[in-house]
Amino acid sequence: MKKIEVENVTKIFGRSPAKGLELVRQGKSKEEILKETGMTVGVNRAQFSVEAGEVFVIMGLSGSGKSTLVRLLNRLIEPTEGSVWLDGEDVTEMNREELRRIRRTKMGMVFQRFALFPHKSVRENVEYGLEIQGVSKEERKQKALESLRLVGLNPYADSRPNQLSGGMQQRVGLARALANDPDILLMDEAFSALDPLIRKDMQDELMDLQSSMQKTIIFITHDLDEALRIGDRIALMKDGEIVQIGTPEEILTDPANAYVEKFVEDVNLTKILTAGSIMKRSEALVFGKEGPRVALKRMREQGTSTLMVVGRDRKFLGILAAEDAKAVVEEEKEMEDVLIKDVVRVEEETPVSELLPQMAENHFAYPAVVTDEEGKLRGVVVRGAIFAALAGNGNGVNTDAIS
Amino acid sequence: MPFPKLPLDRWIEQIVNWLMENLTILFDLISNLVEPTVGFFEMLLTLAPPVITAVVIGFLALLASRLSVALFTLFGLLLIQNLQLWTQATSTISLVLTASLISVIVGVPLGIWVARSKGMKNIITPVLDFMQTMPAFVYLIPAVFFFELGAVPGVIASVIFAMPPTIRLTNLGIRQVDQDLIEAADAFGSTSAQKLFKVQLPLAKSTMMAGVNQTIMLSLSMVVIASMIGAGGLGAVVLEGISRLEVGQGFEGGLAIVIIAIVLDRITQSLGKKSEKTS
Repeated sequence: MKKIEVENVTKIFGRSPAKGLELVRQGKSKEEILKETGMTVGVNRAQFSVEAGEVFVIMGLSGSGKSTLVRLLNRLIEPTEGSVWLDGEDVTEMNREELRRIRRTKMGMVFQRFALFPHKSVRENVEYGLEIQGVSKEERKQKALESLRLVGLNPYADSRPNQLSGGMQQRVGLARALANDPDILLMDEAFSALDPLIRKDMQDELMDLQSSMQKTIIFITHDLDEALRIGDRIALMKDGEIVQIGTPEEILTDPANAYVEKFVEDVNLTKILTAGSIMKRSEALVFGKEGPRVALKRMREQGTSTLMVVGRDRKFLGILAAEDAKAVVEEEKEMEDVLIKDVVRVEEETPVSELLPQMAENHFAYPAVVTDEEGKLRGVVVRGAIFAALAGNGNGVNTDAIS
Repeated sequence: MPFPKLPLDRWIEQIVNWLMENLTILFDLISNLVEPTVGFFEMLLTLAPPVITAVVIGFLALLASRLSVALFTLFGLLLIQNLQLWTQATSTISLVLTASLISVIVGVPLGIWVARSKGMKNIITPVLDFMQTMPAFVYLIPAVFFFELGAVPGVIASVIFAMPPTIRLTNLGIRQVDQDLIEAADAFGSTSAQKLFKVQLPLAKSTMMAGVNQTIMLSLSMVVIASMIGAGGLGAVVLEGISRLEVGQGFEGGLAIVIIAIVLDRITQSLGKKSEKTS
């Protein structure tokens, strides 16, 4: 279900936006319009939709219009043109009253520099959204404490914001946005002012909260790693335009143009690529049904020296090496005894950065085995696949395997 | 042919005459508000014997500020009493409090208006500049025309002279509130009034208090000058000293004014600081 649909939204800062709009329609660039008229194109005909429960990241460098774009959604900045549909209502057509209702009940916002009220206690800050709706003192106090508990700060309810560290202050900011129980969270560079370690904690915490709350989150950031970590989908902005929208993998492996390519080239692929995205589906030998001769034949056909062995329920049992299969045939050993069970086993979500050291530890002797949580075989990762994926900037990635 | 002198002086006189003839009701109304207010403050200050009043004010200073200020207040007021200037001092303080009260009642809303409207700011700013730079004596003449001699024209002239800092600093305080906080207030769906009373004014409070402090100091200086139009009080003592060339008497009156100035300044300053601490 689409929660938000943004249609052709444009913002032009300057004296005669109508004229700027004309130039935008003629396809002139931000720079040309600035030179010609002195007006700044904040957002240029942005078009996207966000699903309910999705984490939608809007990413771009400073000046790319991302913070403007998020403010156009709740009209902290008035769009020059275009529509923002929220649950089937056009926010841009609303009068003040309706807009206030939307801001109070449907959209919570978290700010880069926290924007906590210094004259109010932490609890009063969290209560603010409820207070202005006229919620009774008792009820809003209770809701505020609940919200603070979510972010683990209820012991600090009576402190002043300036007594807390940056990370804690932003938790308060998050709690304040959550206290109204909005469907949508607008997070404007919410973690950018925090130091890297705290930032990572906050990202994890947000994802934890998100898994239980299922809010629709629109997250603004200039940090690609952050975008890739938390985004279900990412929109990349440049000069007020959205240049590409896609899942993290799509952005990385299939950049829409040279700009996106340049943006993502420094990304540490091992953190983004998962075992699932580089594994090969492998034909396995079903234990008890197929014998060592079948195994040898299959290895010959595939040109490999090992074969995965699974039970009838497709649960992974071990790896059978070619020489062991021969031994079973010639020396009449039991197949069970020669199966290699001490192998690297991971799940599809395991990032390559974790997979790589494990495989290096046993000198890449055998492929890594990818199983699901029940232990059923999903695929294998051979040494070559990792290096191909890393070296080829994603050429070796089988995008069809990405779920 | 030289360009003849503009009859600006006569124009102004005509305007003042017109106002006197046509707005008598308004001026009467103002008089009827100001006079009882001054009377009320004077009544408060003379209710108890001077020594007890001094102790009470000293105690109030202790609540608002620290011990040293309270002691200074107590001994300063006792000195004034000793110099037999108590009656004059109470009338001066009453005039100052009335003028300041009116300045705040009128100035704060004006300051808020200026802060919220660019057009209003463009109108008010030059008016404030005019009010502050025009020599204070000049206000005395029309004030006398409109309100006759006595306390009322003194208070009105003081209000005109002393109100600008309250307006300016209210405006400044509100404009100084961090834009992020305004944005946050908006993002959660505050109405204009909610934003003003829950975010802007609380955060502007200490700046506004600095403005009020300035206003009180300026109205004290004006009230002294207003003795020239019969406002009475310590200014009259000084004026008498000057006209009779009695240096000693002039000094006594001046000293009493200084004491009152310091007391009012310290107390309002620490009130301002207190509001800063809680914010």
